[in-house]
Amino acid sequence: MSLTLRRFKNHSATLLMAATTAAVLLPLALIFYHILKMGLSSISLDFFTSIPKPTGEVGGGMVNGMAGSAIMIGMASLVGIPIGVLGAIYLVEYAGPRSGTAIRFSADVLAGIPSIITGMVAYILLVAPMKGFSALAGSAALAMIMIPIVLRTTEEQLRMIPGTLREASLALGVPLWRTSLKVVLVSASKGVLTGILLAVARVAGETAPLLFTALGNQFWSSKLTEPMAALPLQIFTFAISPYEDWHRLAWAGALVLVCVMFALSLAARMAGGKRGI
Amino acid sequence: MTDKIRLENMNVHFGSNHAVKDVTMSMAEHTVTAIIGPSGCGKSTVLRSINRMHDLSPNAKVSGNVFLDDADIYDSSIDPVNIRRRIGMVFQKPNPFPAMSIYDNVIAGYKLNGRMKRDEADSIVESSLKRVALWDEVKDRLKTSATDLSGGQQQRLCIARTIAIHPEVILMDEPCSALDPIATLKIEELIEELKERYTIIIVTHNMQQAGRVSDVTAFFYMGELIELGATKKIFTTPQKKQTEDYITGRFG
Amino acid sequence: MKGDTVFKWVTITFAFTVLLILAVMLGGMVLESFPALKHNGWRFIAGRDWDPVQENFGALSYLYGSVVSSMLALLVAAPLSIGTALFITEILPNRIGNAVSVLIELLAAIPSVIYGLWGVLVMAPWLQSTIQPFLIARLGFTPFFQGAPYGVSMMAAVLILAIMIVPIITAISREVLLAVPQSQKEAAWGLGATRWEMIRIAVLPYARSGIMGAVILGLGRAIGETMAVTMVIGNTPNISLSLLSPAYTMPSVIANEFAETTSKLHAATLMEMGLVLLGVTLLVNILARMMIWSVAGKKWSKA
Repeated sequence: MSLTLRRFKNHSATLLMAATTAAVLLPLALIFYHILKMGLSSISLDFFTSIPKPTGEVGGGMVNGMAGSAIMIGMASLVGIPIGVLGAIYLVEYAGPRSGTAIRFSADVLAGIPSIITGMVAYILLVAPMKGFSALAGSAALAMIMIPIVLRTTEEQLRMIPGTLREASLALGVPLWRTSLKVVLVSASKGVLTGILLAVARVAGETAPLLFTALGNQFWSSKLTEPMAALPLQIFTFAISPYEDWHRLAWAGALVLVCVMFALSLAARMAGGKRGI
Repeated sequence: MTDKIRLENMNVHFGSNHAVKDVTMSMAEHTVTAIIGPSGCGKSTVLRSINRMHDLSPNAKVSGNVFLDDADIYDSSIDPVNIRRRIGMVFQKPNPFPAMSIYDNVIAGYKLNGRMKRDEADSIVESSLKRVALWDEVKDRLKTSATDLSGGQQQRLCIARTIAIHPEVILMDEPCSALDPIATLKIEELIEELKERYTIIIVTHNMQQAGRVSDVTAFFYMGELIELGATKKIFTTPQKKQTEDYITGRFG
Repeated sequence: MKGDTVFKWVTITFAFTVLLILAVMLGGMVLESFPALKHNGWRFIAGRDWDPVQENFGALSYLYGSVVSSMLALLVAAPLSIGTALFITEILPNRIGNAVSVLIELLAAIPSVIYGLWGVLVMAPWLQSTIQPFLIARLGFTPFFQGAPYGVSMMAAVLILAIMIVPIITAISREVLLAVPQSQKEAAWGLGATRWEMIRIAVLPYARSGIMGAVILGLGRAIGETMAVTMVIGNTPNISLSLLSPAYTMPSVIANEFAETTSKLHAATLMEMGLVLLGVTLLVNILARMMIWSVAGKKWSKA
């Protein structure tokens, strides 16, 4: 094969690869463009202070969705973070090879399960017995999504702490549990926090698991045993509705959601310090 | 002089590997005992069984007795945490806590176990750092990170951290092998001073160092205690052939 | 000593909670779908008739929708992702490559519902007004482009799915490519190969199974994707060769019907569908991971 032909093939290949990269980045640009354009034009103070108006009426907002999301994410974190972090400590400090593998495998499997199924399971556990949809069930579904993520990222971070630190603490007559918490966990805290923030960002955007657990609520509700609104749920409902007004609210909601997730990711990166994930 | 530490028929197994075989030896109070021998002879294993560090290895098994002042530290009623407050350890590679300042590192033995009064802490930090001859070098930057110090300074900090909790025995596992000659010299001088208050057991692969700092030397080979005696005597007139071979450099 | 024991048992309990959750998930789904498994039998997979009132549950349309949308999305996404991964790792200088990688991770972070929002309010209308009429006009004689342009269609689902799975395929492929030993590449350079030849000879063969694993992982992601697909696929149980026709996937029908089931059997059947979905995604994920481990080592991948 002549050199020219080979060179030609090389250049064509390079161009092709550049084209695929551009093709991949194009939707990103388009989506952000539309969110910004449509969202900014629909955002108003009203958006942050009022609940959705009935169909046909202009205006309204998604404050109940934002509050609901915050409440359910908060509750999910309250359960999910301790389980994930302490479980990771078990994996690093105490687990033998077999229980360690079993737990890690389970966590990886859980992490790959479509979130709608997590919602179904939360339904089985909490909605059916309680005979009603609830924020509690929604939080449970979100917690089940958070736990495996926090577990694995925390474990990864804890393993990076050299054993000599543990030894130094133990040699000073500090018991293992204090060493584990006050030396190992503290040394790894930046990375662990990053993992936690990313897990929170992930569940902040989840919609499917809330569809038949929290269900959503048109009105303001803070009762945990009743259906509760959530921002992603509202975006979904409004986007598929036939009303222009609700479409605009959906865009605004999307803008808020993206901003929140961006803020969380930024915080995660900054918390990570030298090891940005 | 009374025996501070006494090992009787101590064996250490790692799974099926019989790493330390039937060791019986004693260390007198306020002496420096050096444990020497070629790589893999079990020196560090012996040292770590004295402060029950092997408790943390799941497949390590220590049998026999280790007495601290006539009480067996491996007795089931004894909490190893308490043993380690009386028997401190300095490691091969200096390991100050990176997330803590110099100040916090010194009193880490207290802070990690609970709270401490400010003035009490201040005085302990000052006296500990003075005893390791580090005070003047760091007194103006006590709150800065411990990792900013040089290797030799970090090791002295670790020693300060160890003596801050007033142990009775200090175990040193090749404390100078990661340091330059000047830093090494400083630490050796320190050991000479420390033995007035503590009983010191030091593992070293450097025979000259053993000759310089220790009163008693124990020579180990393949997990067995070959010869134990006054340092001068071991190095000038060793009794066993293996000892002589090692000291004259026939094998390393 | 006491503190250590308490702490150990606390951590054990929390760690085994993970096992418990998995067990409850699998057990719960199997138990709840049992009445449906008994009642529906093989009609579930083979039948096209989905009638909750008559209690006839044939899920073939949904199976078709899921399989076709995922496979086609893979067909679109895989070459784009692999090309991008190659471009990032082999051609772009490190700093820029990392920056582009970050951008692609941004794509992965966008929630499904926002993809759906953009899909149903921007992409589908655009398809309806621009692309689909064009395709009908030029290629309407083929069975693939028959029917009216609705916008929401199998095509829209395929496109949105492709966009959504590109980040994961690219990220894993990138890791796999980075694991190719430098010595292999240097051997090719030393023989005077052009960059493309080096990639072809030294990099791709080595990374092949890992990249296939990445692609299969993308497939797993596509099959389980719910919100974005539900919003753009049209939610009509059609089995048709035409890409313009609306369709329905398994996650979508669960999402749409589960909150308002008409009978216990209806609910159980949806659970059965969830079970099928679960089984398929688990199998696909395990297969994918095994292929990735063979190249990139046993790291916890960012899936």
